[in-house]
Amino acid sequence: MSGLQIEQVDFSYLNGLVLHDVNLAVPTGEMVALLGPNGSGKTTLLKIASGVLKPKRGNVSLDGSSLNRLSRQSVARSVAVVPQQFHIPFAFTVSEVVMLGRIPFIKALAGETTADRQAVAAAMALVGISPLALRRFDELSGGERQKVILAMALAQQPRLLLLDEPIVHLDISHQIEILERVRSLNREQGLTVIAAMHDLNLASLYFDRLVLLKGGRISADGTPSQVLTEDIIREVFAATVRVELHPASGLPHVVLMPARRADTQQ
Amino acid sequence: MLDKLRHGNRLLWVSLLLGGILVLALFLASAFGAVTIPLPDILKMTLNKVAFFHFPVTWRAVDETIIFQIRLPRVVGGALIGAALATAGVLFQGLLRNPMADPYIIGTSAGAALGATIAMILPINLAFLGFGLVPMAAFVGALTTVILVYNLARVGGKTPLISMLLAGFVVSSLLGAIIAFIMSMSDRLNLDLRSVYAFLMGHVSVNNWGQIAVAAPLVIGGIIAARFFALRLNAFALGEEGAAYLGIDVERDKMLILALGSLLTAAAVSISGLIGFVGLVIPHTVRLSLGPDHRLLLPISALAGASFLVIADLLARTLLTPAEIPVGVITALIGAPFFLYLLRRSRREYTF
Repeated sequence: MSGLQIEQVDFSYLNGLVLHDVNLAVPTGEMVALLGPNGSGKTTLLKIASGVLKPKRGNVSLDGSSLNRLSRQSVARSVAVVPQQFHIPFAFTVSEVVMLGRIPFIKALAGETTADRQAVAAAMALVGISPLALRRFDELSGGERQKVILAMALAQQPRLLLLDEPIVHLDISHQIEILERVRSLNREQGLTVIAAMHDLNLASLYFDRLVLLKGGRISADGTPSQVLTEDIIREVFAATVRVELHPASGLPHVVLMPARRADTQQ
Repeated sequence: MLDKLRHGNRLLWVSLLLGGILVLALFLASAFGAVTIPLPDILKMTLNKVAFFHFPVTWRAVDETIIFQIRLPRVVGGALIGAALATAGVLFQGLLRNPMADPYIIGTSAGAALGATIAMILPINLAFLGFGLVPMAAFVGALTTVILVYNLARVGGKTPLISMLLAGFVVSSLLGAIIAFIMSMSDRLNLDLRSVYAFLMGHVSVNNWGQIAVAAPLVIGGIIAARFFALRLNAFALGEEGAAYLGIDVERDKMLILALGSLLTAAAVSISGLIGFVGLVIPHTVRLSLGPDHRLLLPISALAGASFLVIADLLARTLLTPAEIPVGVITALIGAPFFLYLLRRSRREYTF
């Protein structure tokens, strides 16, 4: 089976269970958003999918091979992760940071090869940061940094790209830009994408499939129209909303209804 | 392609330059002391030791003895100490993601010194694989201390500057007090307060080639081994989680890097006591001029650290002849203001 398979996964930190019996199959080329309230297990599920956390029970496999049986290095050659934010304490340049994405491919004492440099140049071009190559990473704005980290992940030439709330600290133009770039990678290169998202409307606009988590369980899974209904959102987020149709795309658009107003209107 | 040439060339040229400076420093430091021996004589007597050269002996036999039996071991010892401390500094800084982690500041040196002190007063004389008890005990002390400080300083998966400095300071002070106590108590050592003081202040105490034969393989082996971790240290710049995403086996490599840094610190401390700030000043200066890539930073810091300590020790021996200043005083006089300057600059990171 090609793609990511998460089967009957349980996971707990020392202070309690965070994932219960999670089953999720993401075929190659899908673009999936993980949604859910804070603490619902989105980030944990991404870490399980990346192989850095080992499930207490169940199995995770990518293209048929179980992540447990692969070394960290070989997992990193297939799976790349963009976390919320990176702080880098030393003055690396942008191209040096993107080159970090080649570490899974470079032998300890060897230098980088032409293939490594090409992968870095291609990743920077895809994300549109080639002009920043020689700038210092720590002097960039938040949005630029996030693009650099995305380019670093793409330099890993992954089959699966995992993003943990990739746009949460960005202004709207950078939010749209990052999501557009990720979607075109998905459409043009067949890259499988799974992203934890907070913004329901952007998830609706950019993702084919939404997976809703609540209390460490998957509580809804389907297209935006199937998942973003008033009932499901009330049930999962304990929030009253009205779901309308996006004027251009026809996809569901969630309108927040402050509690008092919602009452008076009914 | 251009990038690679630039990177390779930079390493080559800077290594050649610093290698030249180191050789010059070694000769200069051999020339000066209680008696000054002319540089050309030193060059000739050194070349005579190598095949093919037969310069007529125009110098006193005692000069040759001074150079080969007294000065060169000490000067080479200084170079090894400087290289080891600078490399250990780079390793700790890269792993802890903190440009102020120096083996002296985080307590590793004090741990090594306590281990060495205990080994010195023990009534046994063991050797293991050709290495004496003192460097082994220093290694155990250094590793135990670095793990202790690391765990004390760790807050929620991070090692904040302020908690690292506090934990390092308190642990160092405690270990320093224990060392001074043991040394004051010990009859076996027949130590006078001056040598206790010299050990705690840092002093290149190499006076024979036997000490070099023990320290050199540890230091040179450690520097070569460190090079294997250069890329992994680059990955650690992203934090432990980020490093894991790049395929690094975080827990294993963390222990290996801490052990390697402790080994280098122990090798240095066994022959010098507590010399501070070399592991701070040198890596920081190299990072400022060549960037933070550990593939450059590690070898270049080792070379620069060697020259730095050779020159610092030359100053320590000659500034107040015939008295000797502990070399740790020289490095602290240079390093402490530098440290304060860094602390000032990084104030954004440790505001409460």
